[in-house]
Amino acid sequence: MTTSHRTGHPSALLLGLHRGRLELKVFFREWDAVAFTFALPVVILALLGSIVSGVYPESDVTAAQYLAPSMVAAGVASATFVNLGAGIAGDRDDGTLRRLRGTPMPPAAYVLGKTVQTTVVAAAETVLLLAVGALLFELRPPTDPARWLTFGWVFLLGATACSLLGIAVSGVIGSARSAGAVTQLPYLVLAFVSGIYVTPIGALPQPLLVLGSIFPLKWMAQGFRSAMLPDTILPAEAVADWEHGRTALVLAAWCIGGLLLCLSTFRWHGRRHR
Amino acid sequence: MTSSPAVRVRRLHKRYGRRVALAGIDLDVAYGEVVALLGPNGAGKTSTVEILEGHRGRDGGEVTVLGVDPARVGRSGRAAREWRSGIGVVLQEATDLGELTVGEAVRHFARYFPAPRDPSEVIEVVGLTDRTRSRVRALSGGQRRRLDVALGLVGDPRLLFLDEPTTGFDPMARRAFWDLVRTLADAGTTIVLTTHYLDEAEQLADRVVVLAGGRVVADDPPAVLAGRAGHQVVVRWSGGERRTDDPAAVIAELTRRHGGPVPGLTVTAPGLEDVYLDLIEGRP
Repeated sequence: MTTSHRTGHPSALLLGLHRGRLELKVFFREWDAVAFTFALPVVILALLGSIVSGVYPESDVTAAQYLAPSMVAAGVASATFVNLGAGIAGDRDDGTLRRLRGTPMPPAAYVLGKTVQTTVVAAAETVLLLAVGALLFELRPPTDPARWLTFGWVFLLGATACSLLGIAVSGVIGSARSAGAVTQLPYLVLAFVSGIYVTPIGALPQPLLVLGSIFPLKWMAQGFRSAMLPDTILPAEAVADWEHGRTALVLAAWCIGGLLLCLSTFRWHGRRHR
Repeated sequence: MTSSPAVRVRRLHKRYGRRVALAGIDLDVAYGEVVALLGPNGAGKTSTVEILEGHRGRDGGEVTVLGVDPARVGRSGRAAREWRSGIGVVLQEATDLGELTVGEAVRHFARYFPAPRDPSEVIEVVGLTDRTRSRVRALSGGQRRRLDVALGLVGDPRLLFLDEPTTGFDPMARRAFWDLVRTLADAGTTIVLTTHYLDEAEQLADRVVVLAGGRVVADDPPAVLAGRAGHQVVVRWSGGERRTDDPAAVIAELTRRHGGPVPGLTVTAPGLEDVYLDLIEGRP
């Protein structure tokens, strides 16, 4: 069979989209992974939301409604950071990356495929959490387009930063089996110090608040609250201002930092190699 | 283009720390040839193949694969993709793709190549047509390896690497897999096969390259290699064994010593296995 090697190679963009579709197919066929990623934030929102009670003074926001946007941020972090960290470690363990290395697929297509997968999963998680908030706790989605715009850029920057950190942490993970410990523990601690499970965040002790402020999750949660909750809730925040400028700055800084970390830690092969 | 060999290796050296893995390997593989790299674990088979595939650097020597130095080809870019499209790699011990079906996996990998083969035809070549709709994780070990071959073939490569393809197979699956490799060889595919099974190399290869301690200790067709044993035969009896050019004399002496029939007496011509063991143990 004579094949002309002048024929064109498929573009990295096209292959990336195909990989994204394949990754999603595989993701939704692994029910344990789906449950792991989706159920945790939903269950925590449903449980915590049912336990906490009360309405914040000078506003009509209930404690459960206050939790919901924070849990969306936690859900996005779970769908990106936890999912990617464990997913890439798994790809390294089971031979996915070694097999891809032997094909002419450009590495960018792999990264793009992961991006497509996590973006779709994070968006689905967000919709799910907002639906749970609306059904159980009468969380009303904002009507002002400006607030949706805020929601949009916070989602984009937050998801990107957490994805890059997930890729970076995958390089530190020894094997897929230890991935749960390496991603879940920091995730849960971070969620706690970022005030995800505490309403209002102002109730968090000052040292934890400072610690949480270093990381992207606290800012993503604050950004989502600014989009979903009325400004009358501001006195309950740590600082009586939504701090949009600062939020954008911290999240963007983590995007850049995450990218640099990725470039220095990413490995195509497992530790056993070499 | 096809006048140069598919693989040409001269004085290949590789070290891991202070350990010398490859101490000057020479290797040629012509187009259409099936060459087996044979040797015990740690002989340097995998290092050699990984260097040829462009997945590992080298410390010295010249390497060209499909006319290109794998160390210079890089990871992305047009030249790298062009070169990789000509090579099929069949991994050992991959457990990926479990949630996909056989058909989905092969069709997806076909997309990576500029001129792929028809996925259903490739699935038929490896004998998995009736498992096309099965999930990969439901396949047996032998079927799983057939899928690996299908994924290595779907890009219509000029050169196929098979890394210890039948390790862990039962005898039936091994025979069936050998038939598959013969089918590929008959179709003109150039194959570099690593194995530590002597019978596999003898069955499949046009040429057997024996590696031991990072060196090539033999490079011959299987028949020539077996012929290296010369005219000596091995006389074995319950009390021991002896190599000799003159078995009659040995048996006469034994008969005298035993004062009658010699218990457990056999006379065998040494085969490829004896030659191989001599080679890797450094015996003359």
